[in-house]
Amino acid sequence: MPVVDISKNVDALSLTIVADFAAPVQRVWELYADPRQLERVWGPPEYPATVVDHDLAPGGRVNYYMTGPDGERFYGYWQVDQVASPDHFTFADGFADSEFEPNTDLPVSENTYTFTAHAEGTRATYVTTYATAEGLQQVLDMGMVEGSTSAINQIDEFLAA
Amino acid sequence: MIEDDEDRADALFHALADRTRRDILRRVLQGEHSVSALAKLYPMSFAAVQKHVAVLERAGLLTKRRQGREALASGDVQVVRSAGRLLSELEEVWLGRIARIDALLNQLKE
Repeated sequence: MPVVDISKNVDALSLTIVADFAAPVQRVWELYADPRQLERVWGPPEYPATVVDHDLAPGGRVNYYMTGPDGERFYGYWQVDQVASPDHFTFADGFADSEFEPNTDLPVSENTYTFTAHAEGTRATYVTTYATAEGLQQVLDMGMVEGSTSAINQIDEFLAA
Repeated sequence: MIEDDEDRADALFHALADRTRRDILRRVLQGEHSVSALAKLYPMSFAAVQKHVAVLERAGLLTKRRQGREALASGDVQVVRSAGRLLSELEEVWLGRIARIDALLNQLKE
Protein backbone atom coordinates (compact mmCIF):
# COMPACT_ATOMS: atom_id res chain seq x y z
CA MET A 1 0.00 0.00 0.00
CA PRO A 2 1.55 3.30 -1.02
CA VAL A 3 0.10 5.31 1.90
CA VAL A 4 2.87 6.12 4.34
CA ASP A 5 1.19 8.55 6.71
CA ILE A 6 -2.20 9.97 7.54
CA SER A 7 -2.65 12.83 9.97
CA LYS A 8 -5.88 14.42 10.99
CA ASN A 9 -6.02 17.79 12.65
CA VAL A 10 -9.44 17.91 14.25
CA ASP A 11 -9.09 21.54 15.34
CA ALA A 12 -7.98 22.77 11.93
CA LEU A 13 -10.32 20.31 10.14
CA SER A 14 -7.52 19.25 7.89
CA LEU A 15 -6.44 15.90 6.56
CA THR A 16 -2.89 15.26 5.39
CA ILE A 17 -2.12 12.11 3.46
CA VAL A 18 1.39 11.12 2.39
CA ALA A 19 1.77 8.42 -0.25
CA ASP A 20 4.76 7.01 -2.12
CA PHE A 21 4.28 6.06 -5.74
CA ALA A 22 6.66 3.98 -7.85
CA ALA A 23 6.80 6.50 -10.68
CA PRO A 24 8.80 9.66 -11.40
CA VAL A 25 7.47 13.05 -10.25
CA GLN A 26 6.69 14.09 -13.82
CA ARG A 27 4.60 10.97 -14.32
CA VAL A 28 2.55 11.61 -11.16
CA TRP A 29 2.08 15.23 -12.17
CA GLU A 30 0.55 14.10 -15.45
CA LEU A 31 -2.28 12.44 -13.52
CA TYR A 32 -3.44 15.96 -12.72
CA ALA A 33 -2.31 17.67 -15.90
CA ASP A 34 -4.27 15.23 -18.10
CA PRO A 35 -8.06 15.43 -17.62
CA ARG A 36 -8.59 11.85 -18.88
CA GLN A 37 -6.24 10.50 -16.22
CA LEU A 38 -7.63 12.79 -13.54
CA GLU A 39 -11.15 11.50 -14.03
CA ARG A 40 -9.94 7.94 -13.60
CA VAL A 41 -8.53 8.62 -10.14
CA TRP A 42 -10.74 11.37 -8.71
CA GLY A 43 -14.16 9.79 -8.18
CA PRO A 44 -14.86 6.42 -6.57
CA PRO A 45 -16.24 3.68 -8.87
CA GLU A 46 -19.80 4.42 -7.70
CA TYR A 47 -19.35 8.14 -8.48
CA PRO A 48 -17.20 8.35 -11.62
CA ALA A 49 -15.90 11.81 -12.48
CA THR A 50 -16.11 13.53 -15.85
CA VAL A 51 -13.77 16.49 -16.37
CA VAL A 52 -15.40 19.05 -18.65
CA ASP A 53 -12.92 21.95 -18.54
CA HIS A 54 -9.30 21.70 -17.53
CA ASP A 55 -6.91 24.62 -17.13
CA LEU A 56 -4.27 23.72 -14.55
CA ALA A 57 -2.69 27.17 -14.44
CA PRO A 58 -2.72 30.02 -11.89
CA GLY A 59 -6.24 31.49 -11.98
CA GLY A 60 -7.48 28.61 -14.12
CA ARG A 61 -10.50 26.41 -13.61
CA VAL A 62 -11.06 22.69 -13.69
CA ASN A 63 -14.77 21.86 -14.00
CA TYR A 64 -16.07 18.37 -13.38
CA TYR A 65 -19.09 16.41 -12.37
CA MET A 66 -19.53 13.10 -10.61
CA THR A 67 -22.37 10.79 -11.58
CA GLY A 68 -24.12 8.92 -8.76
CA PRO A 69 -25.52 5.38 -8.88
CA ASP A 70 -28.98 6.61 -9.88
CA GLY A 71 -27.67 8.98 -12.52
CA GLU A 72 -27.73 12.21 -10.55
CA ARG A 73 -24.82 14.56 -11.17
CA PHE A 74 -22.80 16.45 -8.59
CA TYR A 75 -21.06 19.39 -10.24
CA GLY A 76 -17.79 20.67 -8.85
CA TYR A 77 -14.92 22.93 -9.73
CA TRP A 78 -11.33 23.62 -8.84
CA GLN A 79 -10.30 27.23 -8.68
CA VAL A 80 -6.59 26.87 -9.27
CA ASP A 81 -4.32 29.19 -7.31
CA GLN A 82 -0.60 28.35 -7.50
CA VAL A 83 0.96 25.98 -9.99
CA ALA A 84 4.62 24.99 -10.01
CA SER A 85 4.88 22.10 -12.46
CA PRO A 86 5.72 19.33 -11.60
CA ASP A 87 6.24 20.02 -7.89
CA HIS A 88 3.06 21.41 -6.42
CA PHE A 89 -0.25 23.12 -6.99
CA THR A 90 -2.93 24.63 -4.78
CA PHE A 91 -6.64 25.04 -5.43
CA ALA A 92 -10.05 25.55 -3.87
CA ASP A 93 -12.48 22.67 -4.49
CA GLY A 94 -16.17 23.58 -4.39
CA PHE A 95 -19.61 22.66 -5.65
CA ALA A 96 -21.25 24.28 -8.64
CA ASP A 97 -24.50 24.33 -10.56
CA SER A 98 -24.82 22.57 -13.91
CA GLU A 99 -23.34 25.67 -15.62
CA PHE A 100 -20.31 25.45 -13.29
CA GLU A 101 -21.23 28.62 -11.45
CA PRO A 102 -19.87 28.16 -7.89
CA ASN A 103 -22.56 27.28 -5.37
CA THR A 104 -21.73 29.63 -2.52
CA ASP A 105 -24.14 27.89 -0.13
CA LEU A 106 -21.95 24.81 -0.13
CA PRO A 107 -18.53 24.41 1.48
CA VAL A 108 -15.20 24.90 -0.25
CA SER A 109 -12.03 23.05 0.71
CA GLU A 110 -8.51 24.41 0.35
CA ASN A 111 -6.05 21.93 -1.10
CA THR A 112 -2.29 21.69 -1.53
CA TYR A 113 -0.78 18.82 -3.50
CA THR A 114 3.00 18.43 -3.39
CA PHE A 115 5.19 15.93 -5.23
CA THR A 116 8.84 15.32 -4.45
CA ALA A 117 11.36 12.79 -5.72
CA HIS A 118 11.84 10.10 -3.09
CA ALA A 119 13.60 6.73 -3.22
CA GLU A 120 13.42 6.35 -7.00
CA GLY A 121 9.78 7.27 -6.96
CA THR A 122 7.53 10.10 -5.86
CA ARG A 123 6.34 11.14 -2.44
CA ALA A 124 2.94 12.84 -2.78
CA THR A 125 1.56 14.96 0.06
CA TYR A 126 -2.12 15.90 -0.09
CA VAL A 127 -3.49 18.45 2.35
CA THR A 128 -7.21 19.22 2.42
CA THR A 129 -8.71 21.76 4.81
CA TYR A 130 -12.34 22.65 5.50
CA ALA A 131 -13.50 25.79 7.25
CA THR A 132 -16.20 24.12 9.36
CA ALA A 133 -17.30 20.66 10.50
CA GLU A 134 -20.71 21.34 8.96
CA GLY A 135 -19.02 22.01 5.65
CA LEU A 136 -17.17 18.72 5.71
CA GLN A 137 -20.37 16.98 6.77
CA GLN A 138 -22.20 18.37 3.75
CA VAL A 139 -19.47 17.27 1.38
CA LEU A 140 -19.54 13.74 2.72
CA ASP A 141 -23.32 13.61 2.60
CA MET A 142 -23.37 14.78 -1.00
CA GLY A 143 -22.07 11.52 -2.25
CA MET A 144 -18.34 11.45 -1.72
CA VAL A 145 -18.95 8.33 0.33
CA GLU A 146 -21.78 5.88 0.25
CA GLY A 147 -24.56 7.42 2.29
CA SER A 148 -26.13 4.11 3.13
CA THR A 149 -23.32 3.04 5.40
CA SER A 150 -22.79 6.33 7.17
CA ALA A 151 -25.88 6.08 9.38
CA ILE A 152 -24.70 2.69 10.57
CA ASN A 153 -21.13 3.88 11.07
CA GLN A 154 -22.43 6.50 13.44
CA ILE A 155 -23.42 3.90 16.00
CA ASP A 156 -20.05 3.41 17.65
CA GLU A 157 -19.48 7.15 17.78
CA PHE A 158 -22.82 7.58 19.47
CA LEU A 159 -22.11 4.82 21.98
CA ALA A 160 -18.71 6.29 22.77
CA ALA A 161 -20.15 9.76 23.43
CA MET B 1 -35.51 12.32 28.34
CA ILE B 2 -33.09 9.42 27.97
CA GLU B 3 -31.48 8.50 31.25
CA ASP B 4 -28.29 6.65 30.51
CA ASP B 5 -26.09 5.24 27.79
CA GLU B 6 -27.83 1.87 27.73
CA ASP B 7 -31.19 3.52 27.16
CA ARG B 8 -29.65 5.73 24.50
CA ALA B 9 -28.20 2.70 22.75
CA ASP B 10 -31.57 0.93 22.88
CA ALA B 11 -33.28 3.95 21.35
CA LEU B 12 -30.61 4.30 18.69
CA PHE B 13 -30.62 0.67 17.58
CA HIS B 14 -34.39 0.59 17.61
CA ALA B 15 -34.50 3.76 15.50
CA LEU B 16 -32.04 2.40 12.94
CA ALA B 17 -33.57 -1.08 12.79
CA ASP B 18 -36.26 0.04 10.35
CA ARG B 19 -35.70 0.66 6.66
CA THR B 20 -38.13 3.57 6.41
CA ARG B 21 -36.54 5.29 9.39
CA ARG B 22 -33.06 4.86 7.92
CA ASP B 23 -34.34 6.39 4.69
CA ILE B 24 -35.92 9.31 6.56
CA LEU B 25 -32.67 9.84 8.47
CA ARG B 26 -30.60 9.93 5.27
CA ARG B 27 -32.93 12.56 3.85
CA VAL B 28 -32.99 14.82 6.90
CA LEU B 29 -29.20 14.58 7.28
CA GLN B 30 -28.98 16.25 3.86
CA GLY B 31 -31.31 19.07 4.85
CA GLU B 32 -34.50 20.07 6.57
CA HIS B 33 -37.72 18.40 5.38
CA SER B 34 -41.31 19.03 6.45
CA VAL B 35 -42.97 15.97 7.93
CA SER B 36 -45.76 16.27 5.37
CA ALA B 37 -43.24 16.27 2.50
CA LEU B 38 -41.61 13.16 3.99
CA ALA B 39 -45.02 11.50 4.35
CA LYS B 40 -45.63 11.81 0.61
CA LEU B 41 -42.52 9.73 -0.10
CA TYR B 42 -43.73 6.54 1.51
CA PRO B 43 -46.69 4.24 0.84
CA MET B 44 -48.08 4.72 4.34
CA SER B 45 -50.25 7.12 6.26
CA PHE B 46 -49.13 10.54 7.47
CA ALA B 47 -49.61 9.31 11.05
CA ALA B 48 -47.33 6.33 10.40
CA VAL B 49 -44.57 8.57 9.03
CA GLN B 50 -45.07 10.95 11.94
CA LYS B 51 -44.51 8.00 14.26
CA HIS B 52 -41.24 7.08 12.53
CA VAL B 53 -40.08 10.69 12.84
CA ALA B 54 -40.91 10.60 16.56
CA VAL B 55 -38.82 7.44 17.05
CA LEU B 56 -35.83 9.11 15.36
CA GLU B 57 -36.37 12.20 17.49
CA ARG B 58 -36.38 10.18 20.72
CA ALA B 59 -33.08 8.57 19.68
CA GLY B 60 -31.57 12.03 19.31
CA LEU B 61 -30.96 11.50 15.59
CA LEU B 62 -33.41 14.14 14.44
CA THR B 63 -34.72 17.44 15.70
CA LYS B 64 -37.99 19.13 14.89
CA ARG B 65 -39.10 22.74 14.82
CA ARG B 66 -42.40 24.31 13.93
CA GLN B 67 -42.97 26.85 11.20
CA GLY B 68 -46.59 27.88 10.99
CA ARG B 69 -48.57 24.68 10.58
CA GLU B 70 -45.57 22.72 9.36
CA ALA B 71 -43.30 20.52 11.46
CA LEU B 72 -39.78 20.70 9.98
CA ALA B 73 -37.35 17.87 10.68
CA SER B 74 -33.58 17.89 10.30
CA GLY B 75 -30.89 15.36 11.12
CA ASP B 76 -28.98 16.24 14.26
CA VAL B 77 -25.51 15.71 12.95
CA GLN B 78 -23.92 17.20 16.04
CA VAL B 79 -25.28 14.34 18.11
CA VAL B 80 -24.09 11.57 15.90
CA ARG B 81 -20.94 12.78 14.25
CA SER B 82 -17.83 14.43 15.55
CA ALA B 83 -15.18 16.17 13.52
CA GLY B 84 -12.96 13.14 14.04
CA ARG B 85 -15.51 10.86 12.46
CA LEU B 86 -15.89 13.21 9.50
CA LEU B 87 -12.17 13.28 8.90
CA SER B 88 -12.14 9.48 9.04
CA GLU B 89 -14.70 9.39 6.28
CA LEU B 90 -12.65 11.84 4.24
CA GLU B 91 -9.67 9.57 4.83
CA GLU B 92 -11.63 6.71 3.25
CA VAL B 93 -12.18 8.88 0.17
CA TRP B 94 -8.44 9.51 -0.02
CA LEU B 95 -7.44 5.89 0.47
CA GLY B 96 -9.66 5.05 -2.49
CA ARG B 97 -8.05 7.77 -4.61
CA ILE B 98 -4.53 6.67 -3.77
CA ALA B 99 -5.34 3.06 -4.57
CA ARG B 100 -6.69 4.20 -7.96
CA ILE B 101 -3.62 6.36 -8.65
CA ASP B 102 -1.35 3.44 -7.79
CA ALA B 103 -3.30 1.10 -10.04
CA LEU B 104 -3.26 3.56 -12.92
CA LEU B 105 0.48 4.23 -12.60
CA ASN B 106 1.22 0.50 -12.58
CA GLN B 107 -1.05 -0.11 -15.52
CA LEU B 108 0.59 2.61 -17.60
CA LYS B 109 4.03 1.20 -16.88
CA GLU B 110 3.17 -2.14 -18.47
